[in-house]
Amino acid sequence: MRQTLTMIRRWVPFIIITVLFLMAPQFVGDFRLNQLAKFLTYALIAVGLDLIWGYGGMLSLGQGLFFGLGAYGFAMYLKLQASGGKLPDFMFWSGLKTLPWFWAPFASPIFAIAAALIIPMLIAALLGYLLFRSRVQGVYFSIITQALTLLFSIWFIGQQAYSGGTNGITDLGSAKIFGKALLSPEVQHGFYFVTVLCLAAVYLLARWVTESRFGRILIALRDNEDRVRFLGYNPVTLKVLVFAFSAMLAGLAGVLFVPQVGIISPSSMGVVPSIEMVIWVAVGGRGTIIGAIIGALMVSYGKSYLSESYPNIWQFFLGALFVGSVLLFPQGLVGFLQELPGRLRNRFGRKEANALQDSVVASGVEGRA
Amino acid sequence: METTMTPGAGKILDVKDVTVSFAGFKALDDLNFSMEQGELRFVIGPNGAGKTTFLDCVTGKSRPQHGTVTFDNQINVLRTTEHRLAQLGIARKFQTPTVFGSLTVYENLETAAGFDDGIIRLFSSLSVDDKQKIQAMLELVGLQDRANVRAGTLAHGEKQWLEIGMLLVQEPKLLLLDEPVAGMTRRERNRTGELLQKIAKRCSIVVVEHDMDFVRNFATTVSVLHMGHLLCQGPVLQVQNDPRVIEVYLGRGRNSEKIAA
Repeated sequence: MRQTLTMIRRWVPFIIITVLFLMAPQFVGDFRLNQLAKFLTYALIAVGLDLIWGYGGMLSLGQGLFFGLGAYGFAMYLKLQASGGKLPDFMFWSGLKTLPWFWAPFASPIFAIAAALIIPMLIAALLGYLLFRSRVQGVYFSIITQALTLLFSIWFIGQQAYSGGTNGITDLGSAKIFGKALLSPEVQHGFYFVTVLCLAAVYLLARWVTESRFGRILIALRDNEDRVRFLGYNPVTLKVLVFAFSAMLAGLAGVLFVPQVGIISPSSMGVVPSIEMVIWVAVGGRGTIIGAIIGALMVSYGKSYLSESYPNIWQFFLGALFVGSVLLFPQGLVGFLQELPGRLRNRFGRKEANALQDSVVASGVEGRA
Repeated sequence: METTMTPGAGKILDVKDVTVSFAGFKALDDLNFSMEQGELRFVIGPNGAGKTTFLDCVTGKSRPQHGTVTFDNQINVLRTTEHRLAQLGIARKFQTPTVFGSLTVYENLETAAGFDDGIIRLFSSLSVDDKQKIQAMLELVGLQDRANVRAGTLAHGEKQWLEIGMLLVQEPKLLLLDEPVAGMTRRERNRTGELLQKIAKRCSIVVVEHDMDFVRNFATTVSVLHMGHLLCQGPVLQVQNDPRVIEVYLGRGRNSEKIAA
């Protein structure tokens, strides 16, 4: 009986929410649906970041880079598609005569998607291996990932002929997916469904990981890496694995982002977006998967509402939100709500708390006697 | 106090001519130290004698400038990584209690017990055998009623016991305890001493300790470190009457009375 109840609690809300999201195209206009789709891809990034930061204690300021690499990978395919066999426009403007060799394989959608997932993963694995092996931790890890992100975004801006420079890769509208125009409602709805299903699958996967012993070792790494090492685990392997996985999720988000937003440029993959990703997780709640998803959606909606109405103050508001949530709700919104019943009980059940305290004091005295 | 484990299986730990220096300061200076399988050995010495550095060398945390450290007759400790040494059976309790505060007592033990599972196995549940070991361990260290409490909320003494339990559940060959009774009440100290005697039958143990009362009550063989080398070694009564030991502690005032008492 109790087991059935737990099963219901675990699965029913999940199924209802997934179905509601799948039905969204019935109720929401194309503009809002497109926006929702974009925010759901952000939620994918947030889940990955939550795994490494909220659970593993590694604050990566480089998720924007992995997202960008994924997005560029799929954008290259779409751009080649949209150019219909001709040289992509920005290359032509930059004076290139032929397609660069590394662009050629991106004409295959399967190659493009695989590269968009695997390249971020490999970069994260390599970077993670080098850093974790040298025991680079905490703020140094954050700074190095941020520096790498900055480096890549500057590099992409500089390579006008190969990356589209500051403008990024854009004008993808004439690309065709399964013979239909990218911008047609069918294709856009298709991508929306795929995004919802990916997020649902990633949510389940992340839930499974964090509820496994592996997840508890991640938390153990956050609490005390030395203790984990001296228990006989190699922290390098564990951390590289989860860091690479989070990079792959960011890459996946990039793949889904590009066809629905229609552009990827260095400004979407740089330092500022990477910090924004951290804010999603901090506000929603570190250490709970659902918190990361809620945070990504809430902050993104807040941003779109405020930047539509008051474009000048959005940045200030974002900063205030971050500072406020760190100071007032260090566990984020979901963490705060989870603790709420306990806090209320403490406030209104003083008697019980005092009795407990007395017994603690008593046992302390006894111990000293 | 009896040791029931059969001696004669050779040396569990053999440290030869080990020197560790930090920017000219020799924390260990030609240290020689060895112990037999199944031994329970206490290591004492004034502050700065090199006790913790000694443990660092045995667990791979510090790499000496020269010397050799051999574990279990054949393993060259100085060429083995820290996590590998733990895998091979060297378990270390840190000076300050080091447990995973966000995990429950049970989950702490579970994390420790699964240390020999490969990565893939970490996604499935613990073996029945390991689960039974955890139950037995909870009882041994007296935390069976606290199994579902977050380790961060435990009292200081309970954390120390939990950490010892986490190491024991791995069934190590050599257990290194760095000041296990620091900060404990008298009652907790006695419980810890009794626990030590119980577990001495399972593995070889090195206890680094400051508390002389505790050493007198529970030690048989004591090694005294001073200025990074072994000053003397022997039964506890003999050691505390050794003029060299008295002098080392005398130079430090108050402790001298304690050791001579």
